[in-house]
Amino acid sequence: MTPDFLFQAVVYLLAAVIAVPIAKRLGLGSVLGYLLAGVVIGPSLLNLVGRVEDVQHFAEFGVVMMLFVVGLELRPSLLWRLRGPILGTGSFQVIATAGAVTGIAFLLGQPWPVALTIGLILAMSSTAIVIQSLAERGVLNTRGGQACFSVLLFQDIAVIPILAVLPWLAHTYGATPGEGAAHGHESALAHLPNWAQTLITIGAVVAVVIVAHYILRYVFRFVAEAKLRELFTAVALLVVAGVAYLMHLVGLSAALGTFIAGVVLAESEYRHQLEADVEPFKGLLLGLFFIAVGAGLNLGLVAANPGLITMLTLGLIAIKFAVLLGIGGVFRMGGGATSLFACALAQGGEFCFVLLGMAGDQGLLKSDVSGPLSAAIALSMALTPLMLIVNDRLIQPRFAKQTTPKEHDAVESHDHPVILAGFGRFGHIIGRLLQTNGFGVTILDNDPDQVETLGRFGLKSFYGDASRADLLEAAGAAKAKIFICAVDDEAKSLEIVDLVKQEFPHLRILARATSRSHAYGLISRGVMEFRRDTLGSALDLGTDVLKALGYRAHRALRATQVFRCYEEESVRELAKHFTSYQDASYISIARQHLQNFEALLREDMKRQHLGNEDAWDSAGPPKDG
Amino acid sequence: MSSPAQSRVLILFAHPALHRSRINLAMMDAVQDLEGVTFRDLYEVYPDFHIEVSTEQELLVEHDVIIWQHPFYWYSAPALLKEWMDVVLEYGFAYGDEGRALHGKKVMSALTTGGPVDAYERAGYNRFSMKELLAPFDQTAHLCGMKYLDPFILHGVNQFSPEQVTAAAASYRQRIQELLA
Repeated sequence: MTPDFLFQAVVYLLAAVIAVPIAKRLGLGSVLGYLLAGVVIGPSLLNLVGRVEDVQHFAEFGVVMMLFVVGLELRPSLLWRLRGPILGTGSFQVIATAGAVTGIAFLLGQPWPVALTIGLILAMSSTAIVIQSLAERGVLNTRGGQACFSVLLFQDIAVIPILAVLPWLAHTYGATPGEGAAHGHESALAHLPNWAQTLITIGAVVAVVIVAHYILRYVFRFVAEAKLRELFTAVALLVVAGVAYLMHLVGLSAALGTFIAGVVLAESEYRHQLEADVEPFKGLLLGLFFIAVGAGLNLGLVAANPGLITMLTLGLIAIKFAVLLGIGGVFRMGGGATSLFACALAQGGEFCFVLLGMAGDQGLLKSDVSGPLSAAIALSMALTPLMLIVNDRLIQPRFAKQTTPKEHDAVESHDHPVILAGFGRFGHIIGRLLQTNGFGVTILDNDPDQVETLGRFGLKSFYGDASRADLLEAAGAAKAKIFICAVDDEAKSLEIVDLVKQEFPHLRILARATSRSHAYGLISRGVMEFRRDTLGSALDLGTDVLKALGYRAHRALRATQVFRCYEEESVRELAKHFTSYQDASYISIARQHLQNFEALLREDMKRQHLGNEDAWDSAGPPKDG
Repeated sequence: MSSPAQSRVLILFAHPALHRSRINLAMMDAVQDLEGVTFRDLYEVYPDFHIEVSTEQELLVEHDVIIWQHPFYWYSAPALLKEWMDVVLEYGFAYGDEGRALHGKKVMSALTTGGPVDAYERAGYNRFSMKELLAPFDQTAHLCGMKYLDPFILHGVNQFSPEQVTAAAASYRQRIQELLA
């Protein structure tokens, strides 16, 4: 760990810590905060950072993680439903934008292979900025949000053929590849014949799906049983890094590969824990990525050609915006969704930089073309959060009425009203009861064995530690209404209750108490809706015993009901005096209470007409005739 | 609590399947917020039929008018209201030499029936009038020293249009307001 590394870390972290909260408070969103922080520490202003490109390459891993997390939240069934938008909207956007840009570049005097190269490059948008900004607004699941996502996903796929077509364009143009062409973007399979490359590439994707679906659960289970929190984090990161590396080896987009892995794992019982573990890394790396984009903005170049770069930037945004509006119209998205769609995607993206670099290596683009383009792309990315703010404040309110009812459907499909922590002997009964009554329950348990055993019987739950706020967040606590704490460990249960009360005060907590002292702990935290886990079944068996002793069934039930009322009251009463089981004053109060309890109980039983025939017959005018 | 001059009304409501009854929901909504009314949804309070006798008796003592609001099941009340009568109207409290706690209070039945009004007469398919069928309620009140008021009855509620439901609920509210005065 060199001092230089530490200096860099301090600069980046400090910039983020200062800029992002300010940007958020001003209502600008975190993405703009990171970008501005980057501009400030970048070479053009304070010049505190070293090689921005290195940082950017490293931070691109954040984009990869983001797609993994997006995949985790997207079930295969939902993805299948989106196949229309992905292929339709996505291909339309890429072809129309590329066509328009190519045409204009050609008219401006570029030879056609160069014009087409520019067109293909500028068709890309920024997955990182768009998804982060939409997720921050909570609109990713709306119609407009899903359209954006579909297009971005298609672009991720489209990068692969575009990368393949650039050398051919260079060849047609008669360009001489520069030094960089031999390395960098070539895959490890380049020396193989085409059919073998294709086979291996498809094989790699299939392998990811199979491993994620069938094998990873055993790995997760093996690791989870070690009961070391950081080890599970390690395995989560390993999955992302491993898939990314494999994709890189076969020349596919790493983001696409991890997205597929995420979608496959969306069905897994480890989904929420994976999401909770990857989330903070994703957030930090993505932030770093945005800072790097900001820092990479060559303000010197902008200052030297203000007119040209302003025109390029505005032209780029205008063309993309117009194409996106057209798509919204053709696919009948409706006004609100179309304006979100057009404002969100009208920029260049991180793939543009990759493609620009490669086109330069191939000799397709000279630096006098790629330099201004690069600046315009970065500026258009920086302007996106502003466009989204304009959309939020000025455009969306006009459509608010028409779009609200539509946008609910998609969200509700995975927002359950109930979260159940603890799927053991106690919790699984509640879970089944709720499910048979048609209520959606998100179930968490931190015992991988239990999760898997019940899974074999078709009872779906997720592995995870409910005493972690990030996991509860991932399980949808912000949108749920009811939280059931059914874990058997008393200390853990109270820890979870404290956490839920603090982080998600809107949740109504219903809890299992495993003992009297546990019940007292719950009462002292204001959780009055609890049940002692043995009371119900002990009283049920007690009823059977009374019947066996000769009580008629109804009388036995009544006796149990009366007993239960007093018992419940007694716990709540004694809770006021409880300090510990060694405390003499508690013991004496409890003893006194128990004696009163029995006296009262006998009194009450006498009163029950069905329990005491004397009172019923002997007195006064017969009520029954 | 309202001014001492005003009567206090206790509505004892019994409906085991409220989620299926538009009319009783509307009636409930129409009177719940009235000042001086205590609305007691018995099936909600005692889902296990385990009625707390002392609580119920205290409530009776605190009020001047008792309403038994329920659908007219098999020419009588749903089981929980009958259970309430069996256990709450005890000897020594509600009747008998010492049982004078309810003397002078008023009782009214508020009923909904599926059958039309003309079913409840000699020639109709229910053969008996409402007054005849309600004799057990009338007599129960009488034995407890209470005055049994003319019942509030809505016939044929299954065929009610939404407008009729609203109008019926409004007329129920008005009747309760008259009793509060």
